[in-house]
Amino acid sequence: MNWPYVNEAGKLFEEHCDVLVVGGGLSGCFAAIAAAEKGKKVILLEKGGISRCGSAGTGFDHWEMACTNPGCKVSPLEMTLALEEEQDYYSNAIGHYIEAKDGWDCLQDIERWGGKIRDTEDEFKGAAFRDEKTKLLYAYDYESRYTLRVFGTTFRPAIIQQMKKLGVRIFERTEATTLLTNNNTASGVLGFDTRSARITIFHAKSLVLCMSRPARIWLFNGDIPGLSEFRPFQSIGTGHAMGYKAGMEFTMMEKSIRGEFSAYGRSFPPYGTGNNHNTWYAATMVDSRGVEIPYVDRDGNILKTVEERYLPAKGQKFFLKGGVIDEPKYEWRGPETLPFDKLMDMGYKLPFYADLSSMPEMERKAIWGLMVGEEAKTRIPVYDNYNKRGFDPSKHLLQSYGTGWQSAAFLEQERQLFGAPGGMMHDWNLETSIKNVFAAGDSLYASDCAGFACTSGRWAGKHAAVSADKDYEAVDMDYVESEKERLLKPLNNEDGLDWRELNLAISKAMQNYCGGIKCDDTLKQGIDLITSFKKEQLPLLKAENPHELVRIHEVSDILEVSEMILQASLARKCDSAPLSFKRSDCDPSKQKEENAYLVISKKDDQIKTYYKPHRFYGDIEEGYRSHEVK
Amino acid sequence: MMKDFTYHKVSSSTVSIHFDEDKCIGCNRCVEACQIDVLMPGDKTPKVIWPGECWYCGACVMECPIEGAISFRHPLMNQARFISKEELNK
Repeated sequence: MNWPYVNEAGKLFEEHCDVLVVGGGLSGCFAAIAAAEKGKKVILLEKGGISRCGSAGTGFDHWEMACTNPGCKVSPLEMTLALEEEQDYYSNAIGHYIEAKDGWDCLQDIERWGGKIRDTEDEFKGAAFRDEKTKLLYAYDYESRYTLRVFGTTFRPAIIQQMKKLGVRIFERTEATTLLTNNNTASGVLGFDTRSARITIFHAKSLVLCMSRPARIWLFNGDIPGLSEFRPFQSIGTGHAMGYKAGMEFTMMEKSIRGEFSAYGRSFPPYGTGNNHNTWYAATMVDSRGVEIPYVDRDGNILKTVEERYLPAKGQKFFLKGGVIDEPKYEWRGPETLPFDKLMDMGYKLPFYADLSSMPEMERKAIWGLMVGEEAKTRIPVYDNYNKRGFDPSKHLLQSYGTGWQSAAFLEQERQLFGAPGGMMHDWNLETSIKNVFAAGDSLYASDCAGFACTSGRWAGKHAAVSADKDYEAVDMDYVESEKERLLKPLNNEDGLDWRELNLAISKAMQNYCGGIKCDDTLKQGIDLITSFKKEQLPLLKAENPHELVRIHEVSDILEVSEMILQASLARKCDSAPLSFKRSDCDPSKQKEENAYLVISKKDDQIKTYYKPHRFYGDIEEGYRSHEVK
Repeated sequence: MMKDFTYHKVSSSTVSIHFDEDKCIGCNRCVEACQIDVLMPGDKTPKVIWPGECWYCGACVMECPIEGAISFRHPLMNQARFISKEELNK
């Protein structure tokens, strides 16, 4: 069939701006708005359509660590220190402190722009999680009130309207392919139009990279590739790949965890099965006989009421619960159902179910309707779809699968960059090791969730604006020409390989050579194999149109990131539990010196690694104070 | 001069959305909302060209101005089971 869009392959265009934001998810939008508010000329590039793009384009249900909200009883510093210790100091304390300090400001911004952050219609009047004066709705720990339930489906239209109002120029369907630098300083980005194939040099004085994190590394299915990962299909870590190629420093890239979400086989649609975690906390769970599975406090005492599931233990100031925190240490452990093995010993029968019907009405409505409904990928895929299938939360029980609550059954080698994985190394300005290149959201190491994305985006956008008071850096036109050739070449490979074959080969290679247990020999074999894919197979890929070209550019980026993961894994010689990193040839003598951030970068094909101590960011409050842009 | 672009439907074992030709007004808002670009504008309704690349976010249905013009379903293997309380106690 004939392509319905204009064909501009081979054409080169140029655009100029002060601040270029790459990626139109939450962090990118907040960065663009913050820079535009400072009076800068801002361009934002988005690979998809702007209306509902990003991981939270269709919504999000809870905003964590909003420690300055009027009801919160935990200070930003207390929260940041708790996370630091909980994550064994592989925690992004810079990002988390900014999140804890600025989250409430961002929420109020969203409200001013037209988003809904309160129960303005009094739907939850009288509920234990509602503050009657402010109409704010809290989640998880109803006592300390640091996490808010929000109406995230309303956010995106409001945010986009605000960007347009401020004159941000939005280039949709534009894939950023290449980071352009001059003397290790940002000069711009190459953009590829995903419909016309036009290539544009976006000249910028400073950049904010907001392209989330790599995916489709270990998990890939050629038949239904869109279900391979948790995040949007085309969100595969291009920011990481372009940064790595340009010499940027990354950290914690050796961290990966056993898969949790990949709905092509071993798990179900996110939030769509019976469970009592995250969005579904604290659903009542029953076994196949209808016997309720008890919740216990951190000391193992059985909780008798639903209300107690939302309260800290006696003498405990607050508990940690939500996105990235799964099984916190004793100090911050909240109420939880008994461990699975114990339940089996006690004679509970599979399968288990989530039973919202026996919960108080307000709690039921908060889970089914507010959380499931407002959370990403739930409004249509879970809430509407299940309702249409006849699901009634006051009558029905929703099944849980597998042997745990996640309704997933992954193998050790089926891994994901999940649970606060690695990313771009940065300083207090959220500036990367490349001058005037800032980053936000899940591009940053050990990041997670919507509140983190918005607050880090805003912070990075302000700093990018300050740094844009300078001249443009020169662009190396020879490099642009070579990139142009690389990006379009697959159009000439008529009998070449399908991109899916190479993505499948990468995922199998990574499962084989960089799986749950690593060692020098397999990692080196993995590097050889990935290098051979890059040299021998990548040039063979074929495309008939710009859509397929984008898929090929992505596979190229996945190869780049896979190499970085293998190299980082090779550099770390000793096991590390906090990094879920295990070796068969572990060298315990390295344990002490390696208890730090492994920083990796590449220059002229030479890999450079070094260790940066935990808490390299110094005093947290002082760091924030001295780097805050008013 | 570059050659002309062509495309064809890339088949997949599952398709997430279906259009009701009688209801769809052909406004293509779904085409613009899809961040993966799995849809192409069509004669009567948009066409799902890359069904396998869908990540099942439902943005197309959210942005559709006509109730019921697009129906969404999960692959059969991902249709989680639910039962009534009475059934459980039988």
